[in-house]
Amino acid sequence: MTSDSLETRTLKQASPILTLRGVVIAALVVALLALPALAKVFNSPAAVGLATQVLIYAIAAMSLNLILGYGGMVAFGHAAFFGLGGYAVGILYQHSADNTAFLGFVSGTDSLMVAVVAAMLVGALAAAAIGSLSLRTSGVPFIMITLAFAQMVFFLFVSLKAYGGDDGLMMRRRDILPFINARDDTAYYYICVGLAACWFVFTALIVRSRFGFVLSGLRQNERRMIAIGIAPYRYRLVAFIVAGAGAGLAGALMANYLRFVSPDMMHWSKSGELMMMVILGGAGTLAGPLLGAATMVLLETVLAAQTENWQLYLGCILLAIVMLTRGGLAALFNRLPGGRS
Amino acid sequence: MIVLEQLLNGVQFGVTLFLMSAGLTLIFGIMGVINLAHGSLYMIGAYAAALVAAYTGSFGLALLGGLAAAATSGVVIEFVVVRRLYDRDHLDQVLATFALILIINQSASMLFGRQPLFVSMPAMLSGSVTLLPGLVYPVYRLIVIGLGLLVAAGLFLLINYTRVGMLVRAGATHRQMVRALGVNVRWLYTVVFGLGALLAGLAGIIAGPITSVQVGMGEQILILAFVVVVIGGLGSVRGAFFGALIAGIVDTLSRAFLPMMFRQLMDGSNADALASGWCC
Repeated sequence: MTSDSLETRTLKQASPILTLRGVVIAALVVALLALPALAKVFNSPAAVGLATQVLIYAIAAMSLNLILGYGGMVAFGHAAFFGLGGYAVGILYQHSADNTAFLGFVSGTDSLMVAVVAAMLVGALAAAAIGSLSLRTSGVPFIMITLAFAQMVFFLFVSLKAYGGDDGLMMRRRDILPFINARDDTAYYYICVGLAACWFVFTALIVRSRFGFVLSGLRQNERRMIAIGIAPYRYRLVAFIVAGAGAGLAGALMANYLRFVSPDMMHWSKSGELMMMVILGGAGTLAGPLLGAATMVLLETVLAAQTENWQLYLGCILLAIVMLTRGGLAALFNRLPGGRS
Repeated sequence: MIVLEQLLNGVQFGVTLFLMSAGLTLIFGIMGVINLAHGSLYMIGAYAAALVAAYTGSFGLALLGGLAAAATSGVVIEFVVVRRLYDRDHLDQVLATFALILIINQSASMLFGRQPLFVSMPAMLSGSVTLLPGLVYPVYRLIVIGLGLLVAAGLFLLINYTRVGMLVRAGATHRQMVRALGVNVRWLYTVVFGLGALLAGLAGIIAGPITSVQVGMGEQILILAFVVVVIGGLGSVRGAFFGALIAGIVDTLSRAFLPMMFRQLMDGSNADALASGWCC
């Protein structure tokens, strides 16, 4: 490495794309974009729906990864923001269908753009409220407090009979977009691909910015960061709010995909699932949440189709992955030649 | 009178919670492991006791069988999985024990089916006794309260007056130092985990006749047990005791009286729904 001549060094720099890792990434991107066509060729209509679910969970997992992987805050209540985003969409749709107004002055809407923005706002506001209280603690009390808040939100929506309560809220049709027919499954898939790519780029920008470095530093050694002169609370709160907005976005997309919202979206087991995806894929890496979401959704679907006792095999596979790999699936991916050492 | 009765119910629930959270706080305080599978040990105790009771018909044998099953499962889990988690990140521990929950729950439903099992109370313990004029209380719940207080006293003696207890207290304060002083920490960890599993199994056995035995019964009480551990302080059994009593009494009293209080403010079905959501 140190005795490289100028020629070999420029040669190495000139072809970063042709390495094995670059080829794998390019192949994945092409596969994502071509999925609906491939699904038609291989006659598996469920593939597009499955991929849509993977992408939606990937957005939620990426938002959790920001605070869990990079920020080091183990938040067990992330599903609350996921569910709140879904309910925001569902409630707005119900009010637009009934022509009533939420709380008397917020009129309903069935426009996808407005609903998604509203869901992200709701997620961000809830994260601001919950985070401002929870982030005053750390460690295991932080885990418990976020869990408690999520449970409160869960039981609030279970007991709200006006919006379905335990039975959930059905949306008769998906929200509409001006030029694209969002009701078509393929079009909705591409919308999700686009939004997931946007959120991925956004997360990458945050992580590589000064804010992201401060966040990682707070995870690694908070005392040193305070000694440098950084107030941890505000950086963590901002990260928490951004993560809440991301989870709200994912919730809104899921509500539109399923056309159904239920309090299950905010149950603590959903929080656990999101954490599984992040940890499995590799916390603190950019690609980790994507790998984790894909693995979890695919494993659950494939195993559930084979046997009724799929949770047993899922548990065994998860246990094996945790025990045998350090750093999740992204760590395995990083071992492919071509990355920065 | 109803208040007294619900207060006693709260104490009984608190005592069950204490059995769960004592083990949890010891495991977290001494070994630094977040053990989500503790609820599954509770379930294993309950199912084993139900099985033995169904075969032999004797509650004493069922008690012993359940305790043995829970303790052995605890030791096996510690040997196979938890032992490798001591040096790992909390996140890895959460994931690994969550995977254990999936495995154990699914195995239980494969062995016993998804219908809840109803364990009948032993004949001499069913029935009620009059504590005060107007206050009739089931004998079984009184026995549960007594048993829990007895176990609490036993734990107090164990931790404060025996050598093992001294090691437990030292390990909860400073794990590294205990290792540096030459104590066989591996054995200590296994003993602590086994003790925690025993307590969880006991909680499951005595809760069996009161609530039904079903897959997933452990997770509901596990969340409350974690809350108690945080309230009481990690590693402190005394804190777990008082925290569990507080949590049990508050939970039971609000379950009993909140619907009534909400009914004063709003109409019937909304009040019931909001109250049941509020206090679960």
